[in-house]
Amino acid sequence: MARTRFQSDRGLTVRMGLVGFLLAVLYLGFGAYLVYASGSIVFGLVIVVGLAWAQWYFSDKMALASMRAKVVTPEQAPELHGMIDRLVALADMPKPRVAIADTDLPNAFATGRSPDHAVVCVTTGVLRRLDAEELEGVLSHELAHVANRDVAVMTVASALGLLAGFITRWGLYFGGGRGRDRNGAAAFLVIWLVSILVYVISFLLTRALSRYRELSADRCGAFLTGRPSALASALVKISGDMARIPTRDLRAAESMNAFFFAPAVRSASLTGLIATHPPLEQRLEQLAKVSAQLGRPL
Amino acid sequence: MKLLDALLGRAKPVKPNLDALFAIPQAALTLQAGGGFTPTGVGAVCYRANEGAAFATMQTDVRQLLDADGGPAVERCEDSYGFTWLVCRQPPEDVSALVTELHAVNRTLEDNGFGSSLLCSQVGFRGAEGETLGLVYLYKRGSYYPFAPRPGERRDNALELQVRGLVAGDLPIEPDLPRWLALWGAPGLS
Repeated sequence: MARTRFQSDRGLTVRMGLVGFLLAVLYLGFGAYLVYASGSIVFGLVIVVGLAWAQWYFSDKMALASMRAKVVTPEQAPELHGMIDRLVALADMPKPRVAIADTDLPNAFATGRSPDHAVVCVTTGVLRRLDAEELEGVLSHELAHVANRDVAVMTVASALGLLAGFITRWGLYFGGGRGRDRNGAAAFLVIWLVSILVYVISFLLTRALSRYRELSADRCGAFLTGRPSALASALVKISGDMARIPTRDLRAAESMNAFFFAPAVRSASLTGLIATHPPLEQRLEQLAKVSAQLGRPL
Repeated sequence: MKLLDALLGRAKPVKPNLDALFAIPQAALTLQAGGGFTPTGVGAVCYRANEGAAFATMQTDVRQLLDADGGPAVERCEDSYGFTWLVCRQPPEDVSALVTELHAVNRTLEDNGFGSSLLCSQVGFRGAEGETLGLVYLYKRGSYYPFAPRPGERRDNALELQVRGLVAGDLPIEPDLPRWLALWGAPGLS
């Protein structure tokens, strides 16, 4: 019987499952309510789900374009490609495309609708700051995102939240304008209020889901390379540097936060509830646990 | 299960397939008869050394085990990617003994719970004109591919494809060509 040191974190799995379940219940309830309350919403539903689909389907192109990242060939970046070659052989997954974004912001992200269409992107800032072993830790974290299909999961999770947000923002304009009778307008007001509520709850839940998936990717990546400490030291370097970068420079990178390696927004300005990434201490603590697990005799 | 794993974000490490290694002696015969390639008697296992005491202890143990037979000592070296190679040497005509040694390394890693850290094994061959050829075994795929390095980080792709045709009957060949990963500077292949 083959034995492995890889242990899944039961608590993490349960928490993630619970959040996913709550989201599903929320969306099913909201969807049923919308269909019950008004038929015209179907039009909005089609638009928003279509938009979410496009966002998922073209995620690699959009992310690369918004970061002005360029896909590089093995000739242009032999070391980076060599490192990823080995990691994907170790994990037995298709090799993603490799891109480099020319920005000093130390970060890395993975995107793409499926493992076959994935792109792993690192910034020149991260290449400059990290040594080979730390960079490998970061890459294994990103490859774990690809293997876990985080882009697809997060898109599905946030799609209906987007619809609720859409109704919240534009619903009154459409609904109020067309409401001929008093009853219709009142019904729409209720839909609008429910949408606000759904939007807020789904926002918090998707953020929680995002944090759990970050922890999960840390864990998978650490087990892949067998060097959790290298990933931990990379995290410290990146987050330490990041805290010193002025927010003004970061605004352009805002939309990319969900798939960044560490959030590009100053952590002090975010509360734990709405953060896309778990706090550094929590990530380091988990990596220390993995390290202890690897060092124990079986 | 795959959907559930995706939902819960827990891609598991792939389990290595070890037993396919024993197909190498047969392929060596085919290579000799059909292509004039002779084994060099050098083979190596490449893995990712994990941090921590458990791995270091196991690494010492496996070297002691392999050196106990009184043959050439097992060599350990680290490459520029941070992967470790254990190089085994046996008389060139005894490919089975070499494969048994390689298998012992794999078995020990797996028994200690580090099976997922195995990257590949390779066995070296030399052609009639002295050209180098390696048969590389990918644990995670359970498949082989030929690797023929030439000076200056170039590969002799024509030879690799020719060898694929030769040994296709003896070994499961990796069908996905992008996974024929180059192993520059691999011990025994230069």
